[in-house]
Amino acid sequence: MTTMDFVSPTSVSSRMAGETTATKIEVRDFNFYYGDAKVLHGIDLDIPEKQVTAFIGPSGCGKSTFLRSINRMNDIIPGARVEGRIAVSGRDLYAPGVDVVALRRRIGMVFQKSNPFPKSIYENVAYGLRIGGENDKRTLDETVERSLQRAALWGEVKDRLNGSALSLSGGQQQRLCIARALAVDPEVLLMDEPASALDPIATQKIEELVYELKSNYTIVIVTHNMQQAARVSDRTAFFMLGKLVEYNETRAIFMTPKEKLTEDYITGRFG
Amino acid sequence: MPTPAFIGRGNRRILDKVLIALLALSVVIILAILVVIIGNIVFHGVRQVTWEFITQPPREGLTAGGIMPAIVGTAALVLLMSVVAVPLGVATAVYLHEYTPAEGLHLAWARFRKSKGLPGRKRLFFRALSALLATITRSAVANLAGVPSIVFGLFGLGFFIQFIGRSIDRATQPVGETLWGQGSLLWAACTLALLTLPTVIVATEEALRTVPQDLREASLALGATRWETIRRIVLPGSLPGILTGAILGISRGAGEVAPILFTGAAYYLPFLPGDVTDQFMHLGYHVLILSTQSPDVEATKPILYGTVFVLLALTFLLNLTGVIIRMRTRSRLQR
Repeated sequence: MTTMDFVSPTSVSSRMAGETTATKIEVRDFNFYYGDAKVLHGIDLDIPEKQVTAFIGPSGCGKSTFLRSINRMNDIIPGARVEGRIAVSGRDLYAPGVDVVALRRRIGMVFQKSNPFPKSIYENVAYGLRIGGENDKRTLDETVERSLQRAALWGEVKDRLNGSALSLSGGQQQRLCIARALAVDPEVLLMDEPASALDPIATQKIEELVYELKSNYTIVIVTHNMQQAARVSDRTAFFMLGKLVEYNETRAIFMTPKEKLTEDYITGRFG
Repeated sequence: MPTPAFIGRGNRRILDKVLIALLALSVVIILAILVVIIGNIVFHGVRQVTWEFITQPPREGLTAGGIMPAIVGTAALVLLMSVVAVPLGVATAVYLHEYTPAEGLHLAWARFRKSKGLPGRKRLFFRALSALLATITRSAVANLAGVPSIVFGLFGLGFFIQFIGRSIDRATQPVGETLWGQGSLLWAACTLALLTLPTVIVATEEALRTVPQDLREASLALGATRWETIRRIVLPGSLPGILTGAILGISRGAGEVAPILFTGAAYYLPFLPGDVTDQFMHLGYHVLILSTQSPDVEATKPILYGTVFVLLALTFLLNLTGVIIRMRTRSRLQR
């Protein structure tokens, strides 16, 4: 695997720069088609590093499709086709010769419905490492513990790592999925409505976690919940009918939206 | 005056009761048939099954002695058949379910036709081609399941023995010598494997379908390849279903006689098969021989009952093993 090290020099330097908001994901005139139907129209946006960017918009506006384009999960959908450019750390994801498997290791994903494997808690977190060829017990143990700690789950599961992941509660399962994604040490974490199936307390835990994680990861989160976007994100992008309507700092989007559509949506006039 | 609707209601209620009674009757009839068959065999068969019966070969023109070579032959045949049928069947099902286009031939072809002038057209063409291959394979499997078992026997004789076996002989044996070009354990197992294949394929595909798409996506999103996802997530998740299907297919194959009639089963052998090129005795075939070829019908009857009982017991044991394996894997997988 030649493109295994998806980290380019630019990203390393910007990581060392720390607080500066370097661009992590650069999107230029991105179009997405399902067969004949054009689902995304000329998306342009820059997602800053180590911040939380929220995608909001009514159902079917293309925000999830766009999110899944960032780790090329849409490749498995028949008839899907893209135009334009998405670059992560300056490297075009859709350039010919990109190793999709290596790419997905660098860009983790958490899904709407928690989907732990029917394996033990330990094996769920270790999965990404094992397929990467890591079999050293010490390394695995350390990574599993570190990932579970980062996902704020370690304290609850440390005594039953060999118990089934399916015996955890819904909120715990979702945090396990986050730990699983973190274990392969991605640069970007994509979250597709990660709390939509959870109760308020579990949701709060996920939100706190997202806030914690942004010091180490670039996070993109799709959400239906406007308050959630306002609470967790630094920047917000509002999508409608496959178009990016407005993209700005979250405070600006919610306090002083420039577009009438945005204002109507966030004040609940439709959606 | 009562409305017609009221009269209708009363009739419908009676009809309902009659139908329930008819359904109950059919259940009773089926149970009765089962009890009579099993009861008869167990009643007459169980006392024949002695240590000697199980460990001795037949004697005095099949009117005395045991059925040991038939038990060993059946076991060897079933084992060899599983080795051929299960990997082939599981591989076919994995290909059909995991690698061919999920949208089916119709849609894949429509997408290709609509893609004129668009990039990626070549990919859509191969997708449609792959969907066509899947459709052909599936209908072949379905038709294979409907072929009478005696036809499998004839096919085995013609294809495996006459064609493949003879070809191997011509290439490897001295002129006039026959080693592969005759009935044997190997060719009988291959023939029987063909018969079992549809069951294994259909059951495996069914089992693969039960693995949620979510899990495949989770694995792919962690940077697993398609094959790693199949090996680590899909196959372990569908193992109980695959095992059940395999064992059901095998236990059906174990009792079949027609496919092995011309491909390797022997009337009587004083020795046990020591090689896949040897002929063998078989419980089902032995039943046929005992009931049609015996010089002394009365003397053979108890042996016949004993043989049928053993065959039935082995099949039952196989099914039971399947159920137990499935329950154990299931409880291991789900908390």
